[in-house]
Amino acid sequence: MAAVLESLLREEVSVEAAVRWIARSAQSSEDDPGEAAALSALQPLRKEFVPFLLNFLREQSSRVLPQGPPTPAKAPGASAALPARAGGQPRGSRGARSQLFPPTEAPSTAAEAPLARRGGRRRCPGPARERGGRGPGGPEEGVGGESVPWAGGRRLRGSGSPSGPSLALSDPPNLSNLEEFPPVGLVPPGPAGRTKPSRRINPTPVSEERSLSKPKTCFTSPPISCVPSSQPSERYESGSPLPSRTGNLTDEPADPARVSSRQRLELVALVYSSCIAENLVPNLFLELFFVLQLLTARRMVTAKHSDREPSPDALDSLENPLFQSIHDFSLAEAFGLCFHWPLGCMFVPNTGAVVSLAMPPSAQAVSFQPETDNRANFSSDRAFHTFKKQRDVFYEVLREWEDHHEEPGWDFEKGLGSRIRAMMGQLSTACSHSHFVRLFQKQLLQMCQHPGGAGAAVLGEAPDVLSMLGADKLGRLRRLQERLVAPQSSGGPCPPPTFPGCQGFFRDFILSASSFQFNQHLMDSLSLKIRDLNGLALPQQEPSDDGESDVDWQGERRQFAVVLLSLRLLAKFLGFVAFLPYRGPEPPPTGELQDSILALRSQVPPVLDVRALLQQGLRAHRAVLTVPWLVEFLSFADHVVPLLDYYRSVFTLLLHLHRSLVLSQENEGEMCFLNKLLLLAVLGWLFQIPTVPEDLFFLEEGQLDPFEVDTVASEHGLDSVPVVDQQLLYTCCPYIGELRKLLASWVSGSSGRSGGFVRKITPTTTTTTGLGAQPPQTSQGLQAQLAQAFFHNQPPSLRRTVEFVAERIGSNCVKHIKATLVADLVHQAELLLQEQLVTQGQDGGDPAQLLEILCSQLCPHGAQALTQGREFCQRKSPGAVRALLPEETPAAVLSSAESIAVGLATEKACAWLSANITALIRREVKAAVSRTLRAQGPEPAAWGERRGCSHACEHHAPLPSHLISEIKDVLSLAVGPRDPEEGVSPEHLEQLLGQLGQTLRCRQFLCPPAEQHLAKCSVELASLLVADQIPVLGPPAQHRLERGQARRLLLMLLALWKDDFQGPVPLQLLLSPRNVGLLADTRPREWDLLLFLLRELVEKGLMGRLEIEACLGSLREAQWPGDFSEELATLFNLFLAEPHLPEPQLRVCELVQPNRGAVLAQS
Amino acid sequence: MILTKAQYDEIAQCLVSVPPTRQSLRKLKQRFPSQSQATLLSIFSQEYQKHIKRTHAKHHTSEAIESYYQRYLNGVVKNGAAPVLLELANEVDYAPSLMARLILERFLQEHEETPPSKSVINSMLRDPSQIPDGVLANQVYQCIVNDCCYGPLVDCIKHAIGHEHEILLRDLLLEKNLSFLDEDQLRAKGYDKTPDFILQVPVVMLCPLAVEGHIIHWIESKASFGDECSHHAYLHDQFWSYWNRFGPGLVIYWYGFIQELDCNRERGILLKASFPTDIVTLCHSIA
Repeated sequence: MAAVLESLLREEVSVEAAVRWIARSAQSSEDDPGEAAALSALQPLRKEFVPFLLNFLREQSSRVLPQGPPTPAKAPGASAALPARAGGQPRGSRGARSQLFPPTEAPSTAAEAPLARRGGRRRCPGPARERGGRGPGGPEEGVGGESVPWAGGRRLRGSGSPSGPSLALSDPPNLSNLEEFPPVGLVPPGPAGRTKPSRRINPTPVSEERSLSKPKTCFTSPPISCVPSSQPSERYESGSPLPSRTGNLTDEPADPARVSSRQRLELVALVYSSCIAENLVPNLFLELFFVLQLLTARRMVTAKHSDREPSPDALDSLENPLFQSIHDFSLAEAFGLCFHWPLGCMFVPNTGAVVSLAMPPSAQAVSFQPETDNRANFSSDRAFHTFKKQRDVFYEVLREWEDHHEEPGWDFEKGLGSRIRAMMGQLSTACSHSHFVRLFQKQLLQMCQHPGGAGAAVLGEAPDVLSMLGADKLGRLRRLQERLVAPQSSGGPCPPPTFPGCQGFFRDFILSASSFQFNQHLMDSLSLKIRDLNGLALPQQEPSDDGESDVDWQGERRQFAVVLLSLRLLAKFLGFVAFLPYRGPEPPPTGELQDSILALRSQVPPVLDVRALLQQGLRAHRAVLTVPWLVEFLSFADHVVPLLDYYRSVFTLLLHLHRSLVLSQENEGEMCFLNKLLLLAVLGWLFQIPTVPEDLFFLEEGQLDPFEVDTVASEHGLDSVPVVDQQLLYTCCPYIGELRKLLASWVSGSSGRSGGFVRKITPTTTTTTGLGAQPPQTSQGLQAQLAQAFFHNQPPSLRRTVEFVAERIGSNCVKHIKATLVADLVHQAELLLQEQLVTQGQDGGDPAQLLEILCSQLCPHGAQALTQGREFCQRKSPGAVRALLPEETPAAVLSSAESIAVGLATEKACAWLSANITALIRREVKAAVSRTLRAQGPEPAAWGERRGCSHACEHHAPLPSHLISEIKDVLSLAVGPRDPEEGVSPEHLEQLLGQLGQTLRCRQFLCPPAEQHLAKCSVELASLLVADQIPVLGPPAQHRLERGQARRLLLMLLALWKDDFQGPVPLQLLLSPRNVGLLADTRPREWDLLLFLLRELVEKGLMGRLEIEACLGSLREAQWPGDFSEELATLFNLFLAEPHLPEPQLRVCELVQPNRGAVLAQS
Repeated sequence: MILTKAQYDEIAQCLVSVPPTRQSLRKLKQRFPSQSQATLLSIFSQEYQKHIKRTHAKHHTSEAIESYYQRYLNGVVKNGAAPVLLELANEVDYAPSLMARLILERFLQEHEETPPSKSVINSMLRDPSQIPDGVLANQVYQCIVNDCCYGPLVDCIKHAIGHEHEILLRDLLLEKNLSFLDEDQLRAKGYDKTPDFILQVPVVMLCPLAVEGHIIHWIESKASFGDECSHHAYLHDQFWSYWNRFGPGLVIYWYGFIQELDCNRERGILLKASFPTDIVTLCHSIA
C-alpha cells in the first residue's frame, strides 16, 4: 500500500489519477500514460488502499489525540506491521513510528491482516486473501520524478469536480454565538479525575455476538465513546472536562514554518480528503469525526508538548505537517465542501434546558374502531371476548412497564414475561393473532414514531381538537420534556442498532412472548404496512417560488417525514423479528458448517422482497424513502445474511448507490444535497454494523452487480425534491450530533470529549395519524390522462384535495347507503319475518331457511345502491372541493376539480358497492333475523306499549329507588321484628302512595325491573293493609289503621294498578296462601277488606271473576287451621254468590258465622 | 362527600360486625350526622359485603348448614311466628337474605327429589309465596325485607339507583349540549367494552389549582361510594379497558370516593363526585 503512497509522493502519479484509480479501477482517458503504468502495476493493491490509508492515519495520529487508546490494540497489523524499512524518506529508526511511509513489501498491511484472518470464514475468498503475505510490486520501480508543485494539489478538483471551490465554506460556524457554542462556564465541571468515557472511534462496539471480538480494522480511528446508548451515567460524565486540559488551553497556533515534509503531508491530506469526497471511505461521518478530532486536538497538544523537545517522529507532534496540512488545507479546501453542511446542520439553535414541567410520558391507546374491532370481525364469540381481554392485558402490561422500567433492578421478563405468555397462549385462533398484531403494530407506531419515545402522534386521534383547544402546547412541552430526559447520547458516531425509549417495550414484548404465531403474523403485518407506506404517493414537486405554497410545502415535508420515520420503525422491527431466529450469542459458523447453513438459508425466501423494493425505489428515484428503512431492516441481519446471494446483491446495490452519492456534484435534477447526506449517513452507519462483513465495502468492481445507479433524478422522482431537512436528518441519524458535540465541547473548553452537555432540541412536528390518502384507482383512458395532465400544472395541494374529497365522499357514500337503503331493507326483512312468524307459528321454521327466503326477496333491491351512490357522490363532492380549495381558484379549475372529484368518488363508491352490497345486505339481514328470533324467545313482550312522561312533566317525581326503599321499610316494619316505638303514620302511607303515583307517571327514571318490584311491593302492601298488619304510630291503644283509612289506601292502590302501572301487577299474590294466611293471625279475623278488595278488582277490571275464583279455589287446598278453613269457605261462597253484574255493589256484607260471632264491620 | 382515607377508615371502623338492619342504619346516621345518608348507606353496604365475602365460606360448610337448619327447625317448632331465621342470621353474623337462601336450599333438598336449581331458588326468594312451606315462606320474606345489604329487593334498589344516575347524567349531557353515544348505541355498534357514555367530541375538564385541563372522552356513572376495593375492581374490569380503547375519561362516583384514589389523573382516569362544572368544549365556552 505504501507503494501507492510513495508513487504519489514521488509525484509519479497525480492525486486525481490516484483517486480515479481507487474509485474506478479502469483507466480513464484523463490518465497520463505514465501514471497509468505506475498504477496498473499496483492494480492488485487497489482495493486495499483506502483501508490502509485510513488505518495509517488513525495509527499515526493516535498519539497526538491525547484521549486515544494505546495504538496497537486497535488495529492488529496496522502498527506492528509497519517495518522499519526506509521507504521514502527515512527520518530515523525509532521503530515503526519513525517510518512515515512504510516499506513497500510490508507483508501484512493494515487492511490485509484482518482480511487474511477472516479468510477462513469467508465463503468467497477475495483476492486480498490470496495475496495475503505477499509483498506488492515495489513502487521503487516507478519513475522518480520532480516535485509536483503544491499548486498541483490545489488543482485537485479542477477538472473532475468543478463545484468544489465554489462550495467553499460559505457559512462558517459562528463561534461567538453563545447558544451554539456555550462558553466554558456553562459546562458544569465534573469531579476531577473522573474517568472519561472510552473514546475509541471504533464504531462497531465489540458486542458479545462478535465472537472474534476484534474491532473492524480498517475503520478504527481515534477514540470516541461508543458505549451503548442505554446508560444514563454518561449524561453526567459527559459534561465534565478534564481540568488539566482546560487549564492549559492556549490559543497558540502551530507554526507552519516548523513543519517538515510539508509537501508530502499535504499530498497525504489531499488523497485522504479526495477519498472522502469521492465516497471511497465507508463512513463519511466517521472520517469527519476523525478530522474534527485532529483539528480540535490542536491546541491541547500545543499546550501539552510545548515544553518538550521537538519530536523527530513524523506525526507525533503538533508541528507535524500532516496536521498542518489537514488543518490548513483540508479545512479550507477539501473539507470546505463537506463542512459547509455539517456545520450548518450542527448549529441548530440550542433552546436550552429550561423546561421543568414534570409530566410522565404517557401512552395513548389505539382507539377501538367498530369497523375493524367489533364482533363481526371475529370468527366466534369466544375469539371476540378473548381478544377483548387481551387488549386489556396488553395495556396493563404496557402501563406497568411505563411505571417500572426505569427502576433499578426491574426486569421485563421477570415482571411481565409470564403474563405476556399467558396472554399469548389464549390467542387461540389465527384471526385473534392478526387482531392482536394489528393492535401491537398500531401501538408501536403511535408510541415510537419519534426516537425520543413518545412521538408526536402520541396525542392520538384528536390532534386537531387539541390544537384548537390550545392544549397542543402542553403536548409539545411534554414531548420536549421527554426529549430532555431521554438518554441523550447516541453512543458515538456509529452506535449499534438499539431500541430507545418505548421501542424497548415492544422489543422485550416480542422476546418475552416468544410465540412463533405472533412473530409470523407480526412479520406479515409489518411487511404489508411497509409495502403500503413505501408505495405511498408522496410530494413530487418542488416548492414553487411564489411562496404561495409554503404552507403546503411544509405539509408535504412533514408527511414525508412521518412516512419515512414510520417505515424505519416498522422495518427495524421487521428485521429484528425476521432475523431473530438466526441471531445468537454464539460465534458465526465457519467452514463446512457455514456452507451447509448457507445452502439451507439460500432456499428460504426473504421475509420481504427488499431487493425488488430497492430496485423499484432506485428506478423510481425514491431511494431517499426506501434506503433509510432498508438500512434499518438490514441492521438486524445475522452474520450469515450478507453471505446469501440475495442479500449480497442488495448490499451491492447499496454500495453502488453509496459510491454514486458524491456530495460535490449537485446538478440540476440530481438528488438533493440533504437527501444525499441522509443516505450517506445511514449507509455509512450500516457499513459499520458488526454483522456486515468488513471487506464488503471494498469489494472488487468485478463482483459488483452492473446495475447502474442513476443519480440523475427524473423530473418526478422523490429524490430530487428537498424532502429531507436538517431536523429529519438528525432524527434519523442522531449520531451526526456527535460531530457537533465534539465541536461544541471543544469550543466550550471541555476538550472534545463526548461533549454530552450540549444538546440539541429539535422541535418535533405535529403529525397527523392519517398518512395521507391513497389516491383512488383511476381508470386508464383518455379522461384519466386528461385528469393527470390537469393536475400536472396545478399545485400539489389541489390534487391532494381532490383525491381526499373523492376518498372521503366515496367512503361516506357507502356509509350512507348502509344507513339508508340497507337499513330500509333490514326493516323490511324484520316485517317479513314477523309475518312469517305469525303465519308459521312461534318458531317460524329453520332460521337458515328463513334467511334464504328473505335474502332472495331483498337482495335484488341492492341494485339501487349504485344509482343512489352515484347520486350521492354527485351531490356531495363539488361542495366539499369548493370548501377546501382557495377562494381564488379560477372557476374553470374549480369545476374541473369538482368533476374529477365526483368521478373518483363515484368510482370508488360504486366499485365497492357493486362488489359488496349483496354480502352486506345478507349480513345485516342475518343479524336482524337472529335478533328477531332471540326477541321471540322465552321472555314475551308482555310489557305492552309503554308510554312516556306527559309533555308537561318536569321529572321532579321521587326516584323509583327511593320509593322501593321506603316501601321496603314499611314492609319490614309490618313484618317485624320492630321496636315498640316503631310504626308508620297513616299520612305517611298516603303520602307514599301519592309519590308512587307521581313516579309511575313520570317515566323518566323508571326502568322495568324497578317498576316490577314496585308493583310487587304495592301488592304486598295491600295484603298487609287487608290483614291489618301495618303498625301505626300513635297512642298504644290505637295501633291499627282505621277502617276508612285502610279503604282509602286500598282505593289509591287500585287506582295505581289500574292507571299508572304500565307493566303487569302480580295481583294474584293478594290471594296467595302466604298473604291470605296473614289474616289467620289476626283476632278477630276481619274479612271485609279482602272482600272489598276483590270486588274492586273485578269492578275495575283488574282481575276477572274466574281468575279470582280459581285463586280462591286453590287457596282452599292449602292446609289451614280448621276454623280458618271454614271462614275461607264462607268468603268463597259469598264471593261466588254475588251477582256477576258490576252493580249493584254489595256494600255491606255479613260474613258472620253465628256460632263464632265474628262481626265484620260494614263499610 | 369526598372523604380522605382517614375519614373513611373512621366510618369503616364503626361498621365492624354491625348487622345489616334498619336499626343499624339509623344508628349509623346518628353517629355521622354530617355525612349524607346515601354515602353512609353505600359505605355500609360495601363494607358489609366485604365482610360477607371474607366469611362466606365458613357458613357454607355442610356442618354449618346442618346446624343452622336444625336451629331453624327447632325455632319454628317452638314458635313459627317468631323471627327465627332473622335472629339466627344476626346471631351468626351472616346476611339474613343469604341465610334465608341457605335454609331454603336445605329445605328443598329435603323435600324435593331433585336438588333445586338456582333459578328456582331465585324465583322463590323473589316471590316467597312460591315456597311450599308457609312458615318458611314467612321466615324468608322477613329476612328479605329486613336485609338492607342483600336480597332481591336490595338488588333492585341498587340497580334502580344506578339507572337513575345514568339518566341524570344523560340529562346533564343533553343540557350542556354534549353529544354522546350511550351504552346501548355502543353495544349496537359492536363495541366490546361500553362505558355509560362516549363523548362524540371530547371536552377538557379544568381542575382548580391546576394549570392544565384533562381531556375526557368517556364518562362512567357509578351510583356508589368509591372505596379502594370497588375502585380497584372497577379499574381492572372497566376503567382501564375504556382507557385502552377510547383514551382518557371521567368517572363520577355520585356518593363520593376516597380522595387518595384519584391518583390516575395524569394517566387519564379522573374521579369526580358530581358532574364537573368547569368544562371547556370545542367552542371555547365555559359550560
